[in-house]
Amino acid sequence: MIRVALTVVGLFLAVVLTLIVFGVDPVKGLGLIVEGAAGDKYGLARTAVRATPLLLCGLGVTIGWRAGMYNIGGEGQYVLGGVTGAAVARLVVPLAPGLASISILASSFVSAGLLAALAGWLQVKRGVQCVISTILMNFLVLQMLAWTVRGPLQESKHELPQTERLPNSLMFKRFDAQVDLHSGVFVALAVAALVWAALSLTRWGFVLRVVGQNRRFAFVNKLGPDAVQVWAMALSGGLCGLAGSVDYLGLVGQIGDGFSQGWGFLAIPVALLGGLHPLGVVASAAFFGALLAGGEGLSRFNTTGATLVYVIQAVAVLGYLYFVRRGRVKEAPAA
Amino acid sequence: MSVLRYASVVGYAALGESVGQRSGVINIGLEGTMITSSYFAMIVALSSGSPWLGILAAIAVGVLCGFLQAFFILRLRADQVVVGTALNLLGLGLTGTLYRARFGTSGQLLSVPRLPTFGPGLDAVLLLWLVLVGIVTWALFKTNWGLALRAAGEYPEAVEASGFRPLMLRLQGLSVSSALSGLAGGYLALGIAGAFAENMTAGRGFVALAMVTFGRWHPIGVFAASVLIGYADSLQFELQARQVALPPQFFVSLPYLLALVVLIVAGRGTRVPAALGEPYPREPGA
Repeated sequence: MIRVALTVVGLFLAVVLTLIVFGVDPVKGLGLIVEGAAGDKYGLARTAVRATPLLLCGLGVTIGWRAGMYNIGGEGQYVLGGVTGAAVARLVVPLAPGLASISILASSFVSAGLLAALAGWLQVKRGVQCVISTILMNFLVLQMLAWTVRGPLQESKHELPQTERLPNSLMFKRFDAQVDLHSGVFVALAVAALVWAALSLTRWGFVLRVVGQNRRFAFVNKLGPDAVQVWAMALSGGLCGLAGSVDYLGLVGQIGDGFSQGWGFLAIPVALLGGLHPLGVVASAAFFGALLAGGEGLSRFNTTGATLVYVIQAVAVLGYLYFVRRGRVKEAPAA
Repeated sequence: MSVLRYASVVGYAALGESVGQRSGVINIGLEGTMITSSYFAMIVALSSGSPWLGILAAIAVGVLCGFLQAFFILRLRADQVVVGTALNLLGLGLTGTLYRARFGTSGQLLSVPRLPTFGPGLDAVLLLWLVLVGIVTWALFKTNWGLALRAAGEYPEAVEASGFRPLMLRLQGLSVSSALSGLAGGYLALGIAGAFAENMTAGRGFVALAMVTFGRWHPIGVFAASVLIGYADSLQFELQARQVALPPQFFVSLPYLLALVVLIVAGRGTRVPAALGEPYPREPGA
């Protein structure tokens, strides 16, 4: 409980500090952020839709990291999910429109999961660290995005580098035509509950956490850490891919160069600050969703809005590490 | 010559990182260190008019980034991947914010003083790279310091037992890694691009990490790996100029693709420092 309170206070301080350092009046800046994030129904809806990809990718990162697999390729997996969704949309919509949404979501989960599983396999069998392979995959997927929206998936007029727009009937339901809130937000929350149940209540989740904490222990107890870690990567990537297709079906309806907004990157600190716990990730995704939604209000007055969020995240992660680690180092002083 | 120029940015960072990893520290924050150094190299060169001061500033900023990481990694024994990732975010966010605040988002071209070149596109920093490859090889394998440093990455307890300080050796390894990646960032801004752009390092820090693995943690192997990547990097312009009938995105991906394929084929091998990435003193029970 104390740790949660500390994290909240720390995050608040990180925001204020960053605002001051970059010469934004903190009272005015915070006011603008709060107004942009929760001032009216538009703000609240914006917070919810920004938090959605952060939550899904954050859950993906959580599963991977809890199994000891540093998946930092969430961005590439998110984009691959979106691209796969767009490709499947092109194939399935003319054939069976009723199945389109579900097959878009499922295929994005599978394709991104396979990509991440490859990275997992590389670490387990070939000793190539996930950190490096998933990052390299990010760059490859981004180039693939740039190519597909100019090549095979380009809209029929071949004018702009983007895909055909999905018909509204296939998009996630919106509750109010004026705001962005879509039913995908609830998909993400349901997934969070599922991930929590899987990690905390099932034998599989227990084994996964054991593998992540002490791989050698898992190995000598014949828990098959290799398979567990590859599966963890598959699910981790799958959730990041799902985030991509949820945004595709919920927000944009078409994929272009701007599809990569850094959600997969932002989700890493979201997961860390959520304590790598699914419910913590919900809270932390909501916080950063609000910060991003509010930051849009800020950037109207100041050109520095968007990149500031990265700084705030980095300061928050380092501050969190400082408080968590300082206690432990004191308990067991260096020899 | 252009191959060497493209290779040198990744090459400098990877050369330093091979020293760092030999001492047992994996510096995931290479990318953040490089971009931060690029920015400050550009600022210093712009305000002083001297590219040399810019390069010095880049090295200094790199070392500072290294000390920041060292505080968390060595003193607090925090996870190296987490700290490095935070530093990457910090570098990207900080430079983006500062750049936008100072120069706006218009993407105007700055006339940054560039490093003077001589002969067929050579410059001093490029030559220094070749010299440093030799010096680092000698220092790692022919001196007592190098032996102790390598031991700190293999079995730090033994280093402690023979009277060296593993944490000090790791601090030195991390400093070399950070200083050279800072230099790489500075050279990218002042020697190659003659400008700064947000995220201009474009993942070269991560490519450098891959090249250390591919080069088997040996300065000369890492040098060869970097030249290969530099070749792939320069190939994209050459092939595009010849109008080869492949999408341009393919050529941009070439270095990353090559790095990934090389890792898949070569694997990690058995030369990896045994205590790489592990905190010292080790956590009880791990």
